[in-house]
Amino acid sequence: MPSFSRVLLGLFCLLVAVLLLAPTLVVIPMSFNGNKSLAFPPDGFSWQWYQNFFTNPDWTTSFTNSLLIALIVAVVATVVGTLAAFGVTRAAGRTGGLLRAILITPMVVPGVVLAIGIYAVYLDTHLVGTVAGFVLAHTMLAIPFVLIAVQASLEVFDRRLETAASSLGANRLTVFRTVTLPLILPGLLSGALFAFITSFDEIIVALFITSPYLKTLPVQIYTSITRDADPTVAAVGTLLFLATSLIIIAGLLFGMRRGRT
Amino acid sequence: MRPRGPVWLAAPAVLVLLLVLAYPLAIVVWRSFTDPAVGFDNYVWFFQSAVNRTVLQRTFVVAAWVTLVSLICAYPYAYAMTIVGKNVRLVLILCVLVPFWLSGVVRTLAWVILLQDSGVINSILRGLGLSPVKLIRTLPGVIIGMTQVLLPFMILPIYSVMRGIDTRLLQAARSLGAKPWRAFLQIYVPLSLPGVYAGVIIVFILSLGFYITPALLGGPRSTMLSSLVQNQVLSLLNWGRGGAMGVVLLVATFVLLAIAAPLMRQKHSSTRREA
Repeated sequence: MPSFSRVLLGLFCLLVAVLLLAPTLVVIPMSFNGNKSLAFPPDGFSWQWYQNFFTNPDWTTSFTNSLLIALIVAVVATVVGTLAAFGVTRAAGRTGGLLRAILITPMVVPGVVLAIGIYAVYLDTHLVGTVAGFVLAHTMLAIPFVLIAVQASLEVFDRRLETAASSLGANRLTVFRTVTLPLILPGLLSGALFAFITSFDEIIVALFITSPYLKTLPVQIYTSITRDADPTVAAVGTLLFLATSLIIIAGLLFGMRRGRT
Repeated sequence: MRPRGPVWLAAPAVLVLLLVLAYPLAIVVWRSFTDPAVGFDNYVWFFQSAVNRTVLQRTFVVAAWVTLVSLICAYPYAYAMTIVGKNVRLVLILCVLVPFWLSGVVRTLAWVILLQDSGVINSILRGLGLSPVKLIRTLPGVIIGMTQVLLPFMILPIYSVMRGIDTRLLQAARSLGAKPWRAFLQIYVPLSLPGVYAGVIIVFILSLGFYITPALLGGPRSTMLSSLVQNQVLSLLNWGRGGAMGVVLLVATFVLLAIAAPLMRQKHSSTRREA
């Protein structure tokens, strides 16, 4: 391509990169606001909103609720999703493809439709506002992410390694533990991370099945935005932004190192 | 036993889906036909109400705008990702992945701060001596916010297809006398189309069902279908009407997926060939 178009392309991409990242950065100055307001520009400087996040029980309990639910979901969805990935990858003929299509439907069903359905079921079964209810719904939403991540590592996996191990006298459990598991571990871990984040960020179903006694962090953020202009949301947003960026940078660097060796 | 064995490993996942996906959706469909009376009343009501038809139409128009704008932003960006050096590519990927994984509520909060009457954009306008514009609770505001939130879903599938395109094909075309632009349009663009189809369908479908961003950035004149469903069920406790709206949304989503399925499958075969 001629250099003029390259310059134009470069400028356009800079613009898109700014559009992708810059708007979110606005939460950082707001989080140090001296006043209880989300109006721009922020007035003065204070750490009080961070202090509020770490001491106000509304925020601390919703944060620990989200953490607890997301950790359970990460474990359950990874186990269930990994088993499903084996089923899908090693099923004969068309069954695998059909099964995969069914198992990734949670990704395309409109959130609100799913939420009212789950809300109806949970009202009948007294699961509204329970950890079990959240875990069940979030596991369903996380299964596709685990399935896709683990399936990707299973597809490049050489099954002759398993055959070799069995022919050397290993039983099926030993083969799985010493050969299969270490090789698919990267896919498994990224699946677990996806499951954790899916649950930790989930908001639409959470808004329906929440109760005054069990709120998750996204629900607390959402209600805070709709009710008052409390800069604590900006402090939470800043912390989540930093955590997300660090995890992704670590992941990219890790991926680069593995790619090099 | 051996060949059938592995399929059963998917049983727990299927069970979870039956319990919290299939069964809840079945209840939504059931109630749309039975609550308060058996029949098509809820659907007749939905399509006869001018307000509902406006909202339905607006939902599709907004989804189309969001898809179009994000495609225009995403295509050159994804292309640039494939031609730059390793370090620049890492920065470009970072710019996509951070918003992709950051909580949607937080990203929408940022847009509330930017677009509100006392927000960043209006304070800049006032600083320049210009009159402030109404952005929050307007349709353009909703479209801007949704486009930014959904943009990574357009960039990533396009990039994953473009990465597999053999650029020697372009050199071949040029060595045979094609002008660079002609080679790009006739060789590169068609090869990248499967990624474009995947991105377009994902963004359009996600836009149709989008809830949080329109709810926080929108107002009464920019209501989308999802907010209407929520309002019927949670505020009016009208499960039949809310259900009927939900079914309309669901059917629209699956019809679009069915239309797009062959194009998506093309994507799979091309990625497999690359592997």
